[in-house]
Amino acid sequence: MSRLESTWADSPGLLGALSTVDHKRIAIRYVVTSLVFFVLAGFLALVMRTQLARADNHLVGPDLYNQLFSMHGSAMMFLFAVPVMEAVALYLIPLMVGTRNVAFPRLNAYGYWLFLFGGLMSFTAFALDIGPEAGWFSYVPLAGPQYSPGKRTDFWAQLITFTEVAALIGAIQIIVTVFKMRAPGMTLSRLPMFAWAMLVTAFMIMFAMPSVMLASTFLITDRLVSTQFFNPAEGGDVLLWQHMFWFFGHPEVYIIFVPALGMISEILPAFARRRVVGYLGLVIALVSIAFLSFGLWVHHMFTTGLPPLGMSFFTVASIMIALPTGLQIFCWIATLATGERVRFATPILFVIGFFFIFIIGGMTGIMLGASTLDQQLHDSYFVVAHLHYVLIGGAVFPLFAGFHYWFPKITGRQLSETLGRWNFWLLFVGFNVAFFPMHILGLEGMPRRMYTYSAASGWEGLNLLSTLGALVIAASVLVFVCNVVVTLLRGARAADNPWGASGLEWATASPPPAYNFADIPVVRSRAPLWEENFPAATVVGLPDLVPTALVTRLHDAQPDHVALLPTPSPWPLLAAIATTVLFIGTIFSPWALIWGSVPVAITLIGWFWPSPDEARRHREIEIKPDEAEQRELAFGELSS
Amino acid sequence: MNHTALAPAGPFAERIVELFWLFGIVAAVVYLIVIGFLVYGLRGRREAEASAPVSPKTLRAIGAAVGLTGIVLVGLTISDFLGNRALAKVPADALHVRVTGHQWWWEIEYQDSIVARRVTTANQLALPLGRPVMLELGSGDVIHSFWVPSLQGKKDLLPGYTTTLALLASRAGDYTGECAEFCGYQHAHMSLDVAAVPPDEFARWLEAQRADAAEPATEAQRRGREIFLTSSCRACHAVQGTIAAARLGPDLTHVGSRPRIAAGALPNNLANMAAWIANPQAFKPGARMPATQLASDDLAALASWLGSLR
Repeated sequence: MSRLESTWADSPGLLGALSTVDHKRIAIRYVVTSLVFFVLAGFLALVMRTQLARADNHLVGPDLYNQLFSMHGSAMMFLFAVPVMEAVALYLIPLMVGTRNVAFPRLNAYGYWLFLFGGLMSFTAFALDIGPEAGWFSYVPLAGPQYSPGKRTDFWAQLITFTEVAALIGAIQIIVTVFKMRAPGMTLSRLPMFAWAMLVTAFMIMFAMPSVMLASTFLITDRLVSTQFFNPAEGGDVLLWQHMFWFFGHPEVYIIFVPALGMISEILPAFARRRVVGYLGLVIALVSIAFLSFGLWVHHMFTTGLPPLGMSFFTVASIMIALPTGLQIFCWIATLATGERVRFATPILFVIGFFFIFIIGGMTGIMLGASTLDQQLHDSYFVVAHLHYVLIGGAVFPLFAGFHYWFPKITGRQLSETLGRWNFWLLFVGFNVAFFPMHILGLEGMPRRMYTYSAASGWEGLNLLSTLGALVIAASVLVFVCNVVVTLLRGARAADNPWGASGLEWATASPPPAYNFADIPVVRSRAPLWEENFPAATVVGLPDLVPTALVTRLHDAQPDHVALLPTPSPWPLLAAIATTVLFIGTIFSPWALIWGSVPVAITLIGWFWPSPDEARRHREIEIKPDEAEQRELAFGELSS
Repeated sequence: MNHTALAPAGPFAERIVELFWLFGIVAAVVYLIVIGFLVYGLRGRREAEASAPVSPKTLRAIGAAVGLTGIVLVGLTISDFLGNRALAKVPADALHVRVTGHQWWWEIEYQDSIVARRVTTANQLALPLGRPVMLELGSGDVIHSFWVPSLQGKKDLLPGYTTTLALLASRAGDYTGECAEFCGYQHAHMSLDVAAVPPDEFARWLEAQRADAAEPATEAQRRGREIFLTSSCRACHAVQGTIAAARLGPDLTHVGSRPRIAAGALPNNLANMAAWIANPQAFKPGARMPATQLASDDLAALASWLGSLR
């Protein structure tokens, strides 16, 4: 066992598994956990579709149905879509930028455990008939103490707290890792597109999430200690909730979508065997999408009677966001057109599926963003169709492309192409059969969130068709799960760079060793692996007896100093358990905030308590910025 | 189908559906062009150079595509803005109707400067053809949304706010409206029957609605009224012309003339009326109305009286 191996590897056994701070192990757990929640939430959707297959159906009553769609939406948004994108990033970003771990490894573990416990709490509550019932948007006063008595909505509000804390932790990891831990020479203008996308996403998370956390905290205090933020009878305001929720809720859509854009910008060039066209344009498009996405939340409120001129402002912002999105699509088409003829492997099939489906969702999005047209479409099944076209087409298709594309890197085994094709075609056909008819249902006057409808409405045929499509989607997901299981058991061994791609993550073994790279490479272009004789130089002189990271400067990635990274520890898990007790306790009593903070404080003290041995090694190894020049690390030639 | 946005029965809905077709056709054309380029792009070239610089021709093509997209988007935005202005015009000489949303039914009050001439009804709205109707929308509990797709887009009913919505019917007919904002258990059964009728017929209807409840014509109906007035019914319901004046539930003065009962949950006939009174939770679980224990002949008498209130 090499010294690097023994320094970075976790100790074997259960304690080692629970103490790990390896970003790859944590991220794999993160991805698998969020996929389990995806399958569970998808199952809830199947129950809903079965209920709606026939008019006047009595399979599920209104009480269960309301919980089903509230849980489906909440789980898909908070327990699948946002976390799965962050999870993929927490795996890939350190590899893509050429470092050995994320910036704050113990915090990373803590974030994952909180996410897991929040999700478990939420599904346990649902199984015990105390699942959310006021929708994933929990509009007040319906979600308030008067119209939603009991604890169902409180569990929903705490699910928000759990997942938002986890999401913020993920965002901090991504920002600091991308800004300060890139391999030497990887200037910002050489940053891989997926890292750019995640950087933009992480900043959006930082600005959007606090709004919903504040809103859900107001809701909790209204329900628990009788504040009156949302009670019009006491001077509260019901629209305040909608503004605060959608100020988060609309950027949320882009928090899910922007990472997917980054994935496409990675996958597509690998298959066209050509660098992506319009790198600068793509980056500007991502940043402008991020800014615009904070200026159009009111298009969720076009029917609340706001002044028409004000609505026009938000119409302009909503429609104009199609411009940067369009720019991205044009750049990708140009990349394909000027590249080599693509081989239709599974990842590129999913990317092509993205184009076919997402663009329809974008078009209907323009319709919904138009304040006049939206008066008819708002809160009808047209919106259900639209949001699934953008979220499944715009995020799940690229995500499946990403799974197939990076799976060999992560596991060392190649997914079956045959099953991959079945996976794609079933999803593509099933998706369109399930969701296209909903456009028509909406125009025919079917509102969202109805647990049943009468035969006289004339909606039965299209609803039945939609349900059949949903079953095909379920079959597709089943094929995917089978593909993963079969491949893990006896799949073909994957090469280190099976797609001939250009990014740094392909420069190490499949699966990567615990330390990611034996030698940190020096980067000299945007497509390092497509250079001749890569790597021309590597970083030497990094201590290998303790886990360290090379910290580089923000814009030009010149080496700055070497930082010692924390070692594996069970304290993040214990701190997450203490935090979970606090969060769940506050559902029942405000005093849980006081007494619950005691165990949290104890576990945090344990977490940060310096061990004498570690402190000694810290003093010996750490290279301070002013010493760095004298110590003269040999970085090889750094051409700019 | 009497609730589709695609078959408008008035100028407001027409204006919106015109926008829909404009946006829809533009979107379809743009979609086909983009997909066409994608398919062309997928054919690719055989001798591509991985790190070749992007040719100026490619960059010009991307620039042109973005420029064209911008022009199309500006055009669509302007057309929406003009539609917005057309819909925001407050019509003169409008009839004013107050609509209050409740879990899960609609309270409708035709306004009149003389309070005694106001007409209160529930879950049904009659409109005079060709005359604008200004709805003043409010809520008695949670947020609801008023939506009659054949006539107009939707508008929310918010506690603490009054919103307005103008309706104008130009084609006679019966239309259905639904609550479009999720409002709890029975959001699915919060329907509204709208009848657009010629002005003279509307005037007759309004006059009839203004009248007190009809006197019972048969012995059974007389007994039905007595049961109504001596049981729990009048704790929540009003019947004008009797001592029942509670406002918690729908006003039943002319309930017999309504096409459906329980906000669209059931067609209005004597059998359904009796079944509904006996056990509302069987049809509309969660509804505020409790079951009423009555002997079957009492129930039939009560239903026959309510059915006679036309």
